[in-house]
Amino acid sequence: MIILWTDALIFILTFAILALAFYLRGKEHIKRPLQKIVRSKVGMASLVILLFFIVIGLLDSVHFKPIDTKNNEIISLLDYWAAPLREHSEKTYSAPFATSLYSKEIMVLADGTTQWRYPRLAYGGNYLDDPETQHVADVLQKALYGFAQGAGLTGLLILIYLAVRYKLQGEKNQAIVLSTSANIALLVVFIVISTSNTLIYLSGYYHVFGTDKVGEDVFYQAVKSIRTGLVLGTLTTLIMLPMAIVFGILAGFFRGWIDDLIQYLYTTLNSIPSVLLIAASILMVQVYIANHEQDFTSVIVRADVRLLFLCLILGVTNWTGLCRLLRAETLKLRELEYVQAAQALGVKQSMILVRHILPNVMHIVLISVVLDFSSLVLAEAVLSYINIGVDPTTYSWGNMINGARLEMAREPIVWWSLSAAFVFMFTLVLAANLFADTVQDAFDPRRNAE
Amino acid sequence: MIHYIIRRFLYAFPLLMGVNILTFVLFFIVNSPDDMARMQLGQKHVTEQSINNWKQQHGYDVPLLWNADATGEEKITRTIFYQKSVGLFLFRFGVSDSGRNIGADIQERMWPSLALALPTLCVGLMVDITFALLMVLFRGSYLEQSGIVLCVILMSISSLFYIIGGQFFIAKLLRLVPISGYDDGLAAIKFLVLPVLIGVCSGIGSGVRWYRTLFLEEVEKDYVRTARAKGLTETQTLFQHVLRNALIPILTGVVVILPLLFMGSLIMESFFSIPGLGSYTIDAINSQDFAIVRAMVFLGSVLYVIGLLLTDISYTLVDPRVRLS
Repeated sequence: MIILWTDALIFILTFAILALAFYLRGKEHIKRPLQKIVRSKVGMASLVILLFFIVIGLLDSVHFKPIDTKNNEIISLLDYWAAPLREHSEKTYSAPFATSLYSKEIMVLADGTTQWRYPRLAYGGNYLDDPETQHVADVLQKALYGFAQGAGLTGLLILIYLAVRYKLQGEKNQAIVLSTSANIALLVVFIVISTSNTLIYLSGYYHVFGTDKVGEDVFYQAVKSIRTGLVLGTLTTLIMLPMAIVFGILAGFFRGWIDDLIQYLYTTLNSIPSVLLIAASILMVQVYIANHEQDFTSVIVRADVRLLFLCLILGVTNWTGLCRLLRAETLKLRELEYVQAAQALGVKQSMILVRHILPNVMHIVLISVVLDFSSLVLAEAVLSYINIGVDPTTYSWGNMINGARLEMAREPIVWWSLSAAFVFMFTLVLAANLFADTVQDAFDPRRNAE
Repeated sequence: MIHYIIRRFLYAFPLLMGVNILTFVLFFIVNSPDDMARMQLGQKHVTEQSINNWKQQHGYDVPLLWNADATGEEKITRTIFYQKSVGLFLFRFGVSDSGRNIGADIQERMWPSLALALPTLCVGLMVDITFALLMVLFRGSYLEQSGIVLCVILMSISSLFYIIGGQFFIAKLLRLVPISGYDDGLAAIKFLVLPVLIGVCSGIGSGVRWYRTLFLEEVEKDYVRTARAKGLTETQTLFQHVLRNALIPILTGVVVILPLLFMGSLIMESFFSIPGLGSYTIDAINSQDFAIVRAMVFLGSVLYVIGLLLTDISYTLVDPRVRLS
């Protein structure tokens, strides 16, 4: 097993969240907003989708070197399971569910004559004798089978869940009553699992989203991009949080020259156009990597370091907003009676900061973390377009869009790469936005006045 | 007032100094001019001689901060810091790595940027405020609910898709406007219609949501209730009281970004090949022209600082409650 830098950070983050959840369980002031989230239909539906993406991202973060291959290749658990997808590469473009290539080629027939026509694909639907007549029926049949399989699986899962709930229920012989939000969540689970199972089943026989210029399966690329998006969205906030919290609270609490200094620091950073700062830093990283080639033995390690740097730089450019919010809130909090009382009682200032100020600004931190997530995922695409985003060899939606953009001029147009990136990105960002709204509703004291 | 402005002006100086030092550290200390030369000349098989030649051509062949070999004041002036960074304060941007005069390039290219950014801002502002007002007018109804959902959906689409989709449907399929390009004078309008439209559309989601929260905050205040109690209709209170008071945060929010409009929009300009400062920057990044990137970083910070100053001034002009101290 090989642990890349981002893998390590992701797992630390996961454990930290789990530990925090364990620590906070049963605390009354956390319970109420959480219950509000649980009761929200949109919140639960988007949470299910987010969790699904996160599971895929985590699977893609377990890297190892396969024993049977001799070359220096590092693959993830997801790659291992999606091996057929990874290996089924065609010659060049092919449309979704196609059985023949996108472009015509000269082919030598059995009787020695040459003909100018579309060659059959090496993998997509290669077992069909006569694609013209069997194609549609076969796709439908496979889709139906995959869907039925997924539906059966989900049905089983839901039955198990209900049985467990029944067992845990105090009074026996009573029907289980599910709330509307739980019903919606189960429905979304059903849709997500059966759809993904249909896609997975179909992708064994066809290229569900077609293939790209070098014949790589687009569905595989889109799924691999999930990890990149999640890493950028989460690690960036992980990096910026300590800075924003420490500086924001210190500036607001101590005021005076500390406040001036910290304000100067973030106004300076803020005044540099963030794209240019990112560009400058990425150029520097490129120069560094180019000059220290011996340190980066494999492509994936190099790409990973660049991804980490990108998170770092985005964190540096992004912390100022949260810092300003926290400073303003702390300025307000330090004048409140309970802080004044603590001061009058002679509580140490560090103690006041940790016990009285910090817990009371945590809702702002939480809300801004969730809100930032979607904008970071969107920013990745733009940065990759300007070539200052992730490494060109990393799978990311930005790189997919970038590669597919120039193909819009072709006739007939190559639309599938763009659509795949669009669908995946849109789903993730929409779910994140909706979830952020729910979290804000639940945790923002100004919003739940009623 | 004058005192205040002068003080703010002086405050801007350490800020720009900070920016300058930061870029200096990024561009010259983290990576030495040798690295830059190697990058420009290609990684492999670069001789020491050619690196020195490149450095001499572009003026990087002097020490970073302190020239011990020189005499008198040249100990300070004949350094990279003095020649490359201090000159920026006097808006002497120098020569780009490809040999062009950066200052002249910026002067020429900032007008197309402005021609794109200003209409986008104005039209966008009007559209956003109109929709936000409509949503506040119909608050609590299904119309508002669907409006919010639509906003979230619009927000969740990457701006790249707006551009690609707009270029594809409006320019390629319907052939209403050219796909990309630019022309001088009034002929530029037909090239600018599509980018402005797309810029407005991609901003609607977040813009409408933001202005809606501003209006909603105003609507719940006491003076609005008083106005309603006096018998004004909902539309009258909305336009005469809520809108006018909400204009204060809207205005100050706009003033901050006004100077930055000169910088142009990076992706818009490069997608539509408009020869503005945005595409200039992107070209510089792609060709790794550090001199231009440095100049643009400094220019951007100057414009931002001006924006902050303008915000403070505009606050006092529109809101009599605010006193500068």
